[in-house]
Amino acid sequence: MSDIAPTEPLAIFPDPPPPLLAQTLDLAGYPWKAVSNAAVAIQQEPVDGWAGAVISAEADPEAAFGICRALRKRDAPVDRVLLLITGSQLSELELREDLFDDFCLSPFHPQELEARLHHLFFRTGRTTGPEIVEYGALILNLETYQAAFGNVPLDLTYMEYELLKFLVTHPAKVFTREQLLSRVWGYEYYGGARTVDVHVRRLRAKLGEEHAGLIQTVRSVGYRFGQTRGAISR
Amino acid sequence: MTSQSPVDYVLHTVEERGLKFVRLWFTDVLGSLKGFAITPAELEGALEEGMTFDGSAIDGYTRVQESDMIAVPDPNTFDIVPGRGDDSPVARMFCDIRHLSGEPFSGDPRHVLKRNLDRASAKGFTFFAGPEIEYFYFRSETEPIPLDNAGFFDLAHTGIANELRKRTILALEAMGIPVEYSFHENGPSQHEIDLRYSDALSMADNVQTFRTVVKQIANELGVHATFMPKPIAGAFGSGMHTHLSLFEEDVNAFHDPGDPHGLSKIGKGFVAGLLHHAREITAVTNQTVNSYKRLIEGYEAPTYICWARNNESALVRVPTPRRGKESSTRVEFRSPDPACNPYLAFSVMLAAGLAGIEEGYELAPEATNNIFEMSKDQREAQGIASLPQSLAEAVDVMEGSSLVAEALGEHVFDYFIRNKRAEWDSYKEQVTTWEVDRYLGSL
Repeated sequence: MSDIAPTEPLAIFPDPPPPLLAQTLDLAGYPWKAVSNAAVAIQQEPVDGWAGAVISAEADPEAAFGICRALRKRDAPVDRVLLLITGSQLSELELREDLFDDFCLSPFHPQELEARLHHLFFRTGRTTGPEIVEYGALILNLETYQAAFGNVPLDLTYMEYELLKFLVTHPAKVFTREQLLSRVWGYEYYGGARTVDVHVRRLRAKLGEEHAGLIQTVRSVGYRFGQTRGAISR
Repeated sequence: MTSQSPVDYVLHTVEERGLKFVRLWFTDVLGSLKGFAITPAELEGALEEGMTFDGSAIDGYTRVQESDMIAVPDPNTFDIVPGRGDDSPVARMFCDIRHLSGEPFSGDPRHVLKRNLDRASAKGFTFFAGPEIEYFYFRSETEPIPLDNAGFFDLAHTGIANELRKRTILALEAMGIPVEYSFHENGPSQHEIDLRYSDALSMADNVQTFRTVVKQIANELGVHATFMPKPIAGAFGSGMHTHLSLFEEDVNAFHDPGDPHGLSKIGKGFVAGLLHHAREITAVTNQTVNSYKRLIEGYEAPTYICWARNNESALVRVPTPRRGKESSTRVEFRSPDPACNPYLAFSVMLAAGLAGIEEGYELAPEATNNIFEMSKDQREAQGIASLPQSLAEAVDVMEGSSLVAEALGEHVFDYFIRNKRAEWDSYKEQVTTWEVDRYLGSL
């Protein structure tokens, strides 16, 4: 396996890592370095970047997703992020698909973990084009943070862009304000769910009359993006 | 590699959109918007370290000997100002002002508001504000000649005024400033635009953007927009009634379903605080000599310190929320005018309201209509005070207020009082047309 293993270390969470995880990585020939939180993961990053990350969400899911977010939500995201989670945490993965590349159920089988890592590294080198998300005439370029209707650029603030990106990448699903707050703003935001309403209203204003209806209010639940049938109100 | 996403977003957007300039905006102590433009080449450094500028050039900032300050743009406020015609778009960001050492500058109104919001947030409150801003369009900036004489809700024959308002609202919405209502107000050529509530810091930024957009669009069509509180004697003045609420997480802290008026203990304390400190904060919410020409009887402007659920002359109005809309419970503070510094005005309103909650002030009974028919003596006998009658009186009351001193901080408090005394002294020297008309012939 070591033919494919990187020279740069993987970031591992938590610090210290579970002994079986450390042992599995050592045996498979992956260099690693344990990090205790998102700030450390950024500070201690090698000059050429982490080769990848194995993040266990078992003990402290909030810190684990915080690290994933720090490694992914930036200019040069870490490409190979593997999550270790328990069966009861599977629902936590929903709507966080962009924070990891693969996951492995814990307690894990060392051979399975190794195989999954191998697969992630096998994919290395395959470059993908700019990430474009389209919904009707609405186009989001995730690489350059630009949104447009056809050729007409949409001028957004950072949080408006993040909210729109989240909604466009999860069309037709209803989200509560709390879900949007935790997924778009992250846990650290203290302003309360009322903030979501304020931003939705702003985003609708910018979408303009013609497209404001793309974000629908679902009474006493929350918001949904996209065209749907059924009882909706704006 | 440290990397913050809002900064990346700003850098990418400036490059992708081919923006040639980014304007950095900040506010002086009296509420005027100041700023300078930087090029994309300077942007990354500005976001990291801020831009040095001469603070002695800004009203109420520093004296010459300690003049260098840093403007640090807040990337979360980055937005594109819609271009005029074929002009390429320009972006703007609001800045926080710091000393060269990196310490926040206590004379920066945005910092003053942040400090007050932090105090509220330490108690678990988020403060929301929604202003209704009135203003006039005139044919020029030298004389208050109205564009039309249409009355309230009169949509006919309003030609250019309608075009102005339509363009203004489109520009505001395009800048992410949602508009609730807009209609023709009572005065000739007077208009009102209500902004949908937002957290108070964003709203203060929005008010600054709003005043700029309104004036700019008026200018493009060859007319003058003014936020002067009382431009025409005998006509209605321009106010900035501000709807206020506190939220604890996503729950409106002013709402209590068990109360006959739907107002919680916190809500009542907040109203009591506004009333208790109203005289002290008036210099800040109504900061010009002219402001007090609006605060007179007969034009729906508040003059007495009282509250009511539905009275256009009460200082604080507590609208009854519609059933099912309990989260919209709020109180409307009706004295502020649109010539105020929104950062400082929101700061003192919040401080007064919080004091009422913390000190447990008792809320006086709701004002009944006959309050407005009583004589001054009768009102005083009932303990109903009046708002200050002039800028001079307002500044005197403010000077004795530890609440305002604490809310504004020493630097702003001292500068404000000095500046407003000087404004009053300059006004005192004037002999007005009213005096000439009244006395010249008869005396």
